[in-house]
Amino acid sequence: MRRSLIIKSLLTAGALALSVVASSTSSAAGTGMVPFDSAKAGGTLKLVAQAAAGTLDPKVNYTGQFWQLYQATYDGLLGFKYADGAGSFEIVPDLATALPVQSNGGKTLTFTLRSGIKFSNGAPVTVADVKASFERIFKVSSPTAGSFYNGIVGAPACLTKPATCKLDKGVVVNAAKNSVVINLVAPDEAILSKLAVPHAAINPASSPAKDAGTAPIPTTGPYMFKSYDPNKLLVMVRNPFFKEWSHDAQPAAYSDEIDYQFGLTPTAQVTAVENNQANWVYDPIPADRLNEIGTKYATQAHVNPLTAMWYLPMNVNIAPFNNVKARQAVNYALDRAAMVKIFGGSQLAAPVCSFLPPNFPGHVDYCGYTKGATPTKPAKAWAAPDLALAKKLVKDSGTAGQAVAVVVSDDDVNKQMGVYVQSVLNSIGYKATVKPISANIQFTYIQNTKNKVQISVSQWYQDYPAASDFLNVLLGCASFTPNSDASINMSGYCNKAFDAKMQKTLALAVTDKTAADKSWGQLDQEVMADAPVAVAFTPKQLDFISTGTKNYHFSLQFKMFVSQLQTK
Amino acid sequence: MSLNESASAIFSESPGKIALRTLARDKRSWISLSILGTIILLALFAPLYAHIIAKTDPFASTLNATITLHGKTISVLEPSTTGLGLGVTPIGPTWNIHKYFLGADGQGRDVMARLLYGSRNTLFIGTSAGLITIILSLLIGLIAGYRRGWVDAVLSRILDVIWAFPVYLLAISLSVVLLTSGLKIGFLHFGPGSMALPITIIGVVYIPYVARPIRGQVLAMREREFVRAAVGTGAKHSTIVFREILPNVMPAVLVFIPIMIALSMLTESALSFLSIGVQPPSASWGTIINDGLALLYTRPIVALAPGLMIVLTAAALNLYGDAVRDALDPKTRARGD
Repeated sequence: MRRSLIIKSLLTAGALALSVVASSTSSAAGTGMVPFDSAKAGGTLKLVAQAAAGTLDPKVNYTGQFWQLYQATYDGLLGFKYADGAGSFEIVPDLATALPVQSNGGKTLTFTLRSGIKFSNGAPVTVADVKASFERIFKVSSPTAGSFYNGIVGAPACLTKPATCKLDKGVVVNAAKNSVVINLVAPDEAILSKLAVPHAAINPASSPAKDAGTAPIPTTGPYMFKSYDPNKLLVMVRNPFFKEWSHDAQPAAYSDEIDYQFGLTPTAQVTAVENNQANWVYDPIPADRLNEIGTKYATQAHVNPLTAMWYLPMNVNIAPFNNVKARQAVNYALDRAAMVKIFGGSQLAAPVCSFLPPNFPGHVDYCGYTKGATPTKPAKAWAAPDLALAKKLVKDSGTAGQAVAVVVSDDDVNKQMGVYVQSVLNSIGYKATVKPISANIQFTYIQNTKNKVQISVSQWYQDYPAASDFLNVLLGCASFTPNSDASINMSGYCNKAFDAKMQKTLALAVTDKTAADKSWGQLDQEVMADAPVAVAFTPKQLDFISTGTKNYHFSLQFKMFVSQLQTK
Repeated sequence: MSLNESASAIFSESPGKIALRTLARDKRSWISLSILGTIILLALFAPLYAHIIAKTDPFASTLNATITLHGKTISVLEPSTTGLGLGVTPIGPTWNIHKYFLGADGQGRDVMARLLYGSRNTLFIGTSAGLITIILSLLIGLIAGYRRGWVDAVLSRILDVIWAFPVYLLAISLSVVLLTSGLKIGFLHFGPGSMALPITIIGVVYIPYVARPIRGQVLAMREREFVRAAVGTGAKHSTIVFREILPNVMPAVLVFIPIMIALSMLTESALSFLSIGVQPPSASWGTIINDGLALLYTRPIVALAPGLMIVLTAAALNLYGDAVRDALDPKTRARGD
């Protein structure tokens, strides 16, 4: 998921968690939330951001910004545990009474739905809602419909004809027993994680069969959305029908209301938090405010590692990046250390050029695009750009002198990245321009092939801790949907042979996780030789909170828990 | 020389010569011209400063560059080493003309070099757009005021439509649309990011503000005796317009020129500040202020330096406009102001 998605995977959680938490500066290791203290409840939590994250529909939105809110509003059959650090990778039953009983070689998952839970509109949560929610994933063309949920029996037909999607054989419900059976065409090692992310949230069956846009869909969690104006404000208030059913999956919330204000520049956001006019800053903090925060406000700053990457998807279907040499040239030319500086320095990011981030299943320390290395003879790590080789590759590709537009979000950090990339592209022989567009739409804009985006600056934050969430999701054929805003394979990279190897590895992961991770590592190197993207660096999360904000907890899965912040 | 002779000499001088002499005696014109001349000279020397003196490329990002200053090697973008060690700060003014005289921006580029190059773009766009406004306004004003009738009605309504939009709103709207798609008028094609786009946009949005007063003057002039006399003698329309009317509206036009250049320059800076004027990596004063906005807390000079240039240039142009106005106004001259 883009910027700050969170998430999952049961099988890999343990090892990953330990390694990631070891480098955390502020998260405790894996402890759950302490029991709810009603004496500290109340008040209004004020969050600030430059822009909203688009649609409020939990089946459509694919941004970390709103997924962070969905963890306190929507629930799936399963959820990620409310716990610090690596503990947040643990998958726990949420609207289901327990983890599923898996049978039929892992192809059948049987759940029992909890009784007595109501949506924020007062309607009870039923198994019919569960079935309708899974069908709605396809009806609204959820960005992960083709990559996460295409293994459900009946999904291929739904992907072909979303409007008439029926999953009668894929999601079998029994109202009398309150049971839900999910049938898969093949075992899926990451299915539990996929069922715990917001796209698998349970919504009322009456929810519209199209993107709900700014209209709130009733929730099950401690908050519901009261109003949403993407240009101004998102207001969340307590869900009057919420009663805590699982402290691990969905604990009670502290603030009575959450006001998410949009339209403030990042520097204005920082000032607002310094003056206690807001509780938390969403956007990357501008470079010139970081030193001040790191010294004067150090106690209010929380730095945590992320399994994520900043990268440059290159459209492999249009010039100049339909030429592999042009794509490799960009990889060689990028000075990743310079990009780390723009992001805030080495305490907040580290250069990488592998697709799978460090401390991630399948990750191998390698870099084929550093000075003195090649994709076939990679170095252990990135050291320096090779501009001479990049220029030669551009010349050899015959693409020199072509116009290239770099599409970036219009916040300070992304714009600076765009200007830097423009400078690099100009230096290797292109005529580059920068197109900053609102962060509200940039993420979907760069996905749609109609917009003919050649290269962009984007970010990917794990949905769940499994290599497939990076490689299969971002570079799989199933994730490429031409002319759609929900085509997360932004490079439009669909290599049938590579795709087949990924499917084989996915199957292998069900029986032999270690072998699968090794295979993912090899696939990482294989695909980066083709260079559909240029990976720049892996970031850390810096949360800056006001002095009056207490009970900060950080989940490696969903980042800061907004529902647990205390303002009273 | 007798009193009669000197009076005769004065009255035999053309109004233009009198105005020039008055202008030459006005301190305001010398002060403003000195400021403008200095700025233009600095702008012209931008390549000399960048490539010979500072030896820097003002359009290339140099985030990992280092310089040697007072025997020490310093990073152009210095990572923080205090507290949590967060952030990277560009080098501040060194006051050394050879090395980042005004410091670096967030991309490690020499601010002084960009400021000088920015001067060229801002002055060029401001002057070009201002002149486009004046020329087109004069043309429209003359045609509408002289022809009257349906021609005047059509042209006036078009001007009303443009006037109905707040000038910045119109400029921003046009910029947003045209900067992504470019502009094609007949054989003319301006690509996205072309400098011709802000020039055209700014030149057009101000036309009503100049054309309407000129039209008013032409309408009034058309009824004057000397014009009627010319019509009575059977003079051609073109002769009447260019020989009788135009010279009489020129004083107003001349006063408009520095004012419109100043306004156009300010508009260009505003558009560039909003990222819809001059496009990166090119620089203008507006884009440098925009770059400096992200460094306001640590390196305020990045935004202040171009801001100061804008203030100086706009003030000088307005001062010069005042001096021109007074020099061309017989009443002012008669008062001896």
